[in-house]
Amino acid sequence: MNEITVTSADAFDIRDWLRLDLMPHFMCPGCGHGIALRALLWACHELGIKKDKLAIVSGIGCSGRTGAYIDANTFHTTHGRPLAFATGLKLARPDLTVIVISGDGDSLAIGGNHMIHACRRNLDMTLMLLNNEVYGMTGGQVSPTTSAERFTTTTPAGNVEPVFDACKLAEGAGATFAGREATLQTPALKDLLKAAISHKGFSVAEVISDCTEIFGRKNAMGNSAEMVLRQKHAMIPERSPDDRVPEPFKPNPFPTGVFVDQQRPEYGELYDQVRKRARERSK
Amino acid sequence: MSNPTNIQGNAAAAAGAIAAGCRFYAGYPITPSSEIAEQMAARLPKAGGTFIQMEDELGSMAATVGASLGGVKAMTATSGPGFSLKQENLGYAAMTETPCVIVNVMRGGPSTGLPTRPAQADIMQARWGTHGDHPIIVLAPHTVREIYEETIRAFNLAEALRTPVVVLYDETIGHLVETVTLKEPEEIITRKWAEGPREDYLPYAAGADMIPAFPRPGDGYRTHTTGLTHDERGFPTQDPEKVAAFMERLLGKLETHRDLIEKNELVETDGADVLIVAIGTPARAAKSAIRELRDEGIRAGLFRPVTLWPFPEEALKAAAKGKRAVLVPEMNAGQMILEVERVLAGEAPVTGLNVFNGEPITPAQIAAAVKELAK
Ligand SMILES: Cc1ncc(C[n+]2csc(CCOP(=O)(O)OP(=O)(O)O)c2C)c(N)n1
Ligand code: SF4
Ligand SMILES: [Mg+2]
Repeated sequence: MNEITVTSADAFDIRDWLRLDLMPHFMCPGCGHGIALRALLWACHELGIKKDKLAIVSGIGCSGRTGAYIDANTFHTTHGRPLAFATGLKLARPDLTVIVISGDGDSLAIGGNHMIHACRRNLDMTLMLLNNEVYGMTGGQVSPTTSAERFTTTTPAGNVEPVFDACKLAEGAGATFAGREATLQTPALKDLLKAAISHKGFSVAEVISDCTEIFGRKNAMGNSAEMVLRQKHAMIPERSPDDRVPEPFKPNPFPTGVFVDQQRPEYGELYDQVRKRARERSK
Repeated sequence: MSNPTNIQGNAAAAAGAIAAGCRFYAGYPITPSSEIAEQMAARLPKAGGTFIQMEDELGSMAATVGASLGGVKAMTATSGPGFSLKQENLGYAAMTETPCVIVNVMRGGPSTGLPTRPAQADIMQARWGTHGDHPIIVLAPHTVREIYEETIRAFNLAEALRTPVVVLYDETIGHLVETVTLKEPEEIITRKWAEGPREDYLPYAAGADMIPAFPRPGDGYRTHTTGLTHDERGFPTQDPEKVAAFMERLLGKLETHRDLIEKNELVETDGADVLIVAIGTPARAAKSAIRELRDEGIRAGLFRPVTLWPFPEEALKAAAKGKRAVLVPEMNAGQMILEVERVLAGEAPVTGLNVFNGEPITPAQIAAAVKELAK
């Protein structure tokens, strides 16, 4: 998974994929979401996806706002519901490549129900889950992935809630593809997204992102470069036991790589069978 | 379509949807609307469409709008608490001007209320259920045949005016079986698609008809759709001038097309002393009561909005002219009466007849109330 592959002869130029007339964008300097956006577009470029046939469905949050900058069919929906909107869109238009951009609050808190059922159904689309451990857009409140002891505006004495592991959740809910990478390794992240988008069925690509401006500041994590470097210490490149995590980073270890990659009948194809059977029965 | 058949109200909604070209349905089971989902699950795959039972009503409304964003006619149906859960994404459809149809089969409330009993207590929620100023059309059929016809009309209005349309009726009518001939629709309207070069196209710019052309994904327009207040390009804006222009068009477009939207039934209103204003089951009861009263020499008439929202202000004013009294029988604690009082403002005394015990309003109750007013 960590090999860098380039399949397209043309070099990747992000400007080919952006709505440049919308610049400057809204993101704070150093925000990890911008790196993830780049990795996603790089992956789309290498997969040879046509912009006209690409549908980006996003939720509400800083994560959800990134979709608007992509020169494709973009749908900025409601908080927590992008997977449900995307389910309707993909079923109605199987010819489109559907990619959902969502945040940790969007997918794991308010939209948790849609996430688990999307994993179970296995409709052919991809979720890029931008996990920055916080509700960035609303000013830095605690999220289901905020690490223990972290300070947020709604955990002024430190967080005491346990964290959600999005990939384990996806696996438990029946996802046929689940993997995680950090913005630190953009080429590896690009490759994870390529694998997720190419996967037939529902795929989850969790991105460890950084909210530099709010979360980073509140927890004295340094400037954005320091925050990204911090990922290095907390990352476990392959799935491995927790005891390999160095002590100071104990509360926040995140294995990276692909954890689930298997084949199961895809929902759209199964529903084609339903249509066939219904027609035969009515003959 | 064919010969007269015995068909249930909820099944007629499904039949109307398919006849209108609906090819996507997302639902979540809830009494007394579940038969619509069951019917769509059986009928849609045969028609080459898609049925999906989502994980909840938030998801089913979202999937419905998602399918329509893809260019496919889509519907969902629900009742009671389910209608509450649909509201946020219904607002998204109103804001993004995405056509869709929502059937709400009204049961007793609030909360879980009376799941199997009829009510009309969602009249105001159907108009104002989602937050913010927004356009919405609500149709209120009162027979099984009318459920079929109004569901077809709901799709036509949704597509023509790019708005969500609610089909609203109470449990009694939803579960009623009547003998009906389901005729093929005379007219099927499909939204105006974006055409021409991409450079010349602004997704939220509209001409005098106030209805922008819809960009079908894949056709090369690559537009942005957002629930944030947007400019003509479809991108978020907070510029007060642009916000005002957008809101004025959004809220004004239905008024511009009132001729297309408005539909009322008038029964013996000329020469009546008492005017009854009713929808759904109370309107059926009113029709019987009017006949009985006539035999006793009391002249009552019925004004029945088939399009409930936008409310038929001018038509009601005209029908109420010179009446001694106006009676508004409703299966709720008094909702449509607020609108009737507002419109008639002092022109005629308005009295309510309110039943909210889970029972339908009867002709005898209406006749007694009219007699009281005719004294
Ligand atoms: C129904 C609803 N509830 C609350 C909000 C307010 N809200 C906007 S974004 C957000 C949290 C976003 O957090 P996350 O999904 O982690 O995205 P991030 O901004 O961190 O990328 C919330 C609670 C909303 N828009 N809608
Ligand atoms: S608030 Fe945080 S997540 Fe949002 S743009 Fe700024 S740094 Fe990024
Ligand atoms: Mg977040």
